[in-house]
Amino acid sequence: MAEISSTLLYSAFIIYLFSTLFFAMSISDKKGKDAVHTKKWGKIGFISSCVGFAAQLGYFITRWMASGHAPVSNLFEFTTFFGMMMVLAFIILYTIYRTNGLGVFAMPIAVLVIAYASMFPRDISPLIPALQSDWLKIHVTTAALGEGILAISFVSGLIYLIRTVDQTVSSKKTLWLEIILYSLIAVVGFIFVSIGFKGVGYESTFEMMDDNNQAVKVVYDMPAISGPSNGEQLDGSFGPLFSTPSWMNGVDASIKLNTFIWSLVAGAVLYGLLRLILRKRIAAALQTKVKMNPDLLDEISYRAVAIGFPIFTLGALIFAMIWAQQAWSRFWGWDPKEVWALITFLFYAAFLHLRLSRGWHGEKSAWLCVLGFWIITFNLIAVNLVLVGLHSYA
Amino acid sequence: MMQKITCECGHSNPYGTSLCQACGKPLKQDVEVLSSMRYEGSARRSQTYKQTFVDKTWNFFSSVKVGVWLIVIILVAAAIGTIFPQETFIPPNVDPATHYESEYGTFGLIYYLLGFHNLYGSWWFILLLGMLGLSIIIASLDRGIPLYKALKTQRVTRHDQFMKNQRLFSKSNDVELDEIKYTLESLRYKVREENGNLFAEKGRFSRWGAYVNHVGLIIFLTGAMLRFFPGMYVDDILWVREGEKASIPGTSTEDGQYYLENNDFILEMYDKEEKKFNSALSSVDGEVAKNYQSNVTLYKTKENHTIGAEPELVKVKNGEIRVNEPFKFDSFALYQTDFKLNEFYKMSFELEEKATGNKFGKLTVDLHDPKKEYDLGDGYKVKIEEYFPNFVLNDQNQPSTVNNLPDNPAFVFSMYSPKTPDGEKAFVGIQKNIDSGENQFKMSFAGIETKDLTALTVRKDHTLWIIALGGIIFMIGVTQGLYWNYRRIWIKQNAGEVWAAAHTNKNWYGLKKDVEFLSDKTNLTPLEEKETASK
Repeated sequence: MAEISSTLLYSAFIIYLFSTLFFAMSISDKKGKDAVHTKKWGKIGFISSCVGFAAQLGYFITRWMASGHAPVSNLFEFTTFFGMMMVLAFIILYTIYRTNGLGVFAMPIAVLVIAYASMFPRDISPLIPALQSDWLKIHVTTAALGEGILAISFVSGLIYLIRTVDQTVSSKKTLWLEIILYSLIAVVGFIFVSIGFKGVGYESTFEMMDDNNQAVKVVYDMPAISGPSNGEQLDGSFGPLFSTPSWMNGVDASIKLNTFIWSLVAGAVLYGLLRLILRKRIAAALQTKVKMNPDLLDEISYRAVAIGFPIFTLGALIFAMIWAQQAWSRFWGWDPKEVWALITFLFYAAFLHLRLSRGWHGEKSAWLCVLGFWIITFNLIAVNLVLVGLHSYA
Repeated sequence: MMQKITCECGHSNPYGTSLCQACGKPLKQDVEVLSSMRYEGSARRSQTYKQTFVDKTWNFFSSVKVGVWLIVIILVAAAIGTIFPQETFIPPNVDPATHYESEYGTFGLIYYLLGFHNLYGSWWFILLLGMLGLSIIIASLDRGIPLYKALKTQRVTRHDQFMKNQRLFSKSNDVELDEIKYTLESLRYKVREENGNLFAEKGRFSRWGAYVNHVGLIIFLTGAMLRFFPGMYVDDILWVREGEKASIPGTSTEDGQYYLENNDFILEMYDKEEKKFNSALSSVDGEVAKNYQSNVTLYKTKENHTIGAEPELVKVKNGEIRVNEPFKFDSFALYQTDFKLNEFYKMSFELEEKATGNKFGKLTVDLHDPKKEYDLGDGYKVKIEEYFPNFVLNDQNQPSTVNNLPDNPAFVFSMYSPKTPDGEKAFVGIQKNIDSGENQFKMSFAGIETKDLTALTVRKDHTLWIIALGGIIFMIGVTQGLYWNYRRIWIKQNAGEVWAAAHTNKNWYGLKKDVEFLSDKTNLTPLEEKETASK
C-alpha cells in the first residue's frame, strides 16, 4: 500500500508538470494563436490538473490506509497536503474565472511545494499521544485548505505585479519583484543541491557539545559552509568557512543554516544563469508572455482571500483552539505556531480592511498578497524548523 | 440636535447625511457619489461631529486607519514575542534575568530588559488588545447603525445624479420593463417597482456580515477577559502517586471536596519491530511514546465534612485519562499532563554492627512521611535527627534540601543499642555513609521501593461557552460578509429614456456577469464601466 501511495504521488507530480506545460501552451503567442487554440490547451491543462489532483488524492487515501492515520502528521505529509490544497484552490478558482494564465504560475508553484516536501523524511511515522485525536485531521486539513486558497491570492497577485510593474526602468519595485522570483528559484536550488549531494552520498561528521554538555556527532550531508558552534570536524572533507552563531539553538541548527546557505547559493547560480540567457530581468521576460487583464487578476487575488480567510480562521484558529483545549487543557498558550497563525489572521484582516474601507486595490493589494504568502510560508517552514515549540516536527 | 436635511424628494435626512437616504441625491456640493456608497452616504457621527474631546476620541477609534494600525502593531509585537521563547517556555528552575543573556547573548539581554520575555501578558500588550476591542465597537457603531437606516429607507426611484455616477451605467430606448423584471427575478433578485421604475437587490444581509463578525469578536474578547474574575477559572496541577488518594485543588464546594485515587499509571511505547513504522522508528534514538494513561477513581467527601477531620470518602466513578481524552466531572476536567516514573517511595535500612556484621532489625522509612523514631526492640532503636529529601550542599557547604521531593534522600541517623546507650550519629545518603570513624554501628542499605506518579491538570473554565459563542458568531459574520455580496440594479424611466445603473459592495466580476446577462436577454443597452471608478 505504501508503494502504491508513493507511485501515485510521483504520478501526480509529473501530471502537474505537464499541466503547467499545457497551460503555458494555451497562452503562448505562437502563430495560429486564436480563441480555439487557447480554449483547447486551457481545457487540456485544466483536465490534467484535475487528473493530477485525483492521483494525489489517491496518494493521500492509500497512505492513510497504510499508516492508519491521516497523513498530515509530519513535515513531509503536511507540506505535500498543502501543495495538494493549492491545486484544489486553483481548480476552484479556475472554475469561476477560467483563466489559463493563473495555471501557468499556480501549478509550478504547487509542484515546487510538493518537491520541497519530498526533501523531508518520508517514512510513515507513528503518532505520539498528543497527535492521537480526530482533531488532527480536522484542524490540519482545514488550515491547509485555507492556506492553499490564500496561496492562490499570492499567485494572482504575483502575476499582477509581473504584468503591471514598469520594467523599462530599474526601481525598488522591480528589485523586490526579482527578489520574490529569486526566492522561488532558491527553492528549486534547495531541491537540486539536496538531490545532488544525496546522489553522490556526501557525508561529513562533526563532534560538538550539545546543550547538556554531552559530546554528540553531527552528520552533514552537504559540504559544511557553516560548521557547528564549538564543533570539530572528524574527517578531511571540505571544511567549514565559519561557525554557526551559538544562539541558534539545537544540535541541528548548524545543519539547517548550512542547507539554507546552499539553497541561496544554488538559487543565485540558477538565477544568474537565467539572467544570462534572458539578458533582462526575469520579471521583464515574463511580462512579455503575460497578457492577462490586471483587473481580473486583482479580482481573483481578492476573491481568493475572501474565500480563504474564513476557512483559514476556522481551521488554523478555531479548530486549533478546540483541539488545544482538549489536548493541552488550554485553547490558547502563545506557542509560536499559534502566534504565527494569529499573525496570519491579523494580516489578512488588515488586508480586508484596507481593501474594503480604504480602497487598496490593484498594485498595493497585490504586494500585500505576496507578503501574506511570505507569512504563511514562514509559519510553515521557519516556525517548525527554527523556532521551538509544541508544533516543532524537527 | 442639529437640524435635519430635507431632500427635494421629500425625505428628511439626519444632519450630516451626504446622500439622501431615500433617493440618493447628493445633499452637498462636493459629494462624490461612488466613494460615498461605501456607507451609503449616511450620517456617521465621526464624519459629522468633530469638536469636543468625546467627538475626537470617538473619531479616533472609529477610524479604520487607526484600526489597521492597531492590528499591525499587535501583529508586529506578537511576532517579536516568538523570536526567543517566552518566560513560560524556559526551564522552570532558571532565573530569566540571566537565562536570556547566557543563552542568546546581548540581544537576549535586551530582549529580557525590554520585557519581551513576558510579552503577551504585559500591560501594554493587553492595552493594545483593549484598544483594538474599543476600535471594533466604535467603528461598528459609527458605520453599522446609519448604514442600517439608509438601506432600510432606500427608495426604488433614485435621483438622476445618483444613477449617472454609478460605476456601471447605461441609457437605452424601447425597453420592455416586464422583461427586465422577469430576467432579474430569474437571477434571484428581489425586485420592487414604483412608478415604472425598478429596484432589484440581492444579498442585502451580506452587508451585516462585518458587524456580525465584530460582535462575535467582542464576545470572544469579553470571554477571554472574564477569566481574570475569581470563580470563573481554575488551573492547577495535581501530582498523585500510584495507589494514593489526593484532594483535587479548586474542587471544594459546599457539598464536599473531590479526591482522586491513582490506581495505575501506564506508559506504552511503540514496538520498534512493528512493520508499519519500522523505518521511522529505527531512525530515531530511544523510543517513541504511544500512550500516557492514568486509571483513576474519583471520590467525594460526605456533605457534612468538616475541614481537618479525616475525610469520609464516597466513590463517584472510575475513569481513564489519556492525552486528548480528559476526565470530566461537574464543571471540571482533568488532563494527562506529565508523569514521573520510579520516584523513591520507601527506603529500608538495617542496623548493623560493624565489627561482626550482625544485624539488629530492619526499618523502612516512608520518604514522604518519615517517623522520628524507629524502635527495633531489645534496646535497639534508630532516630532520624535530620532528613533532606533532595539533598544538596548549599553555598555555606552545609547540607540542605532543594525541595520536598525525595529525589536524593539523605538522613542524619542516631543509632542506639545496649552497647551505645548515648547513641552514635551517622550521615547516610545515596552512595554515602559518613560517620566520625569511631562508630560501632552503621545503617546498611536494605532496599528501596519506588512508585510512579501522574501529573494531571485540573481545569474549570466557565468562560469557554462565551468564547465558543463568540467564535461561532464571528464565523457566521465573516462567511456572510465574504461569501455573499450586496448587488443592486436600478432601472429608471427618464424623459423617454431608460436609465440603468448597478452597484455592488464587492465581487464586481459577478455583478458584471449579471448585467451582461440582463442586457443579452433584453433590449437594455449594455452597462458600461467608468474608467476612473476602478482605480
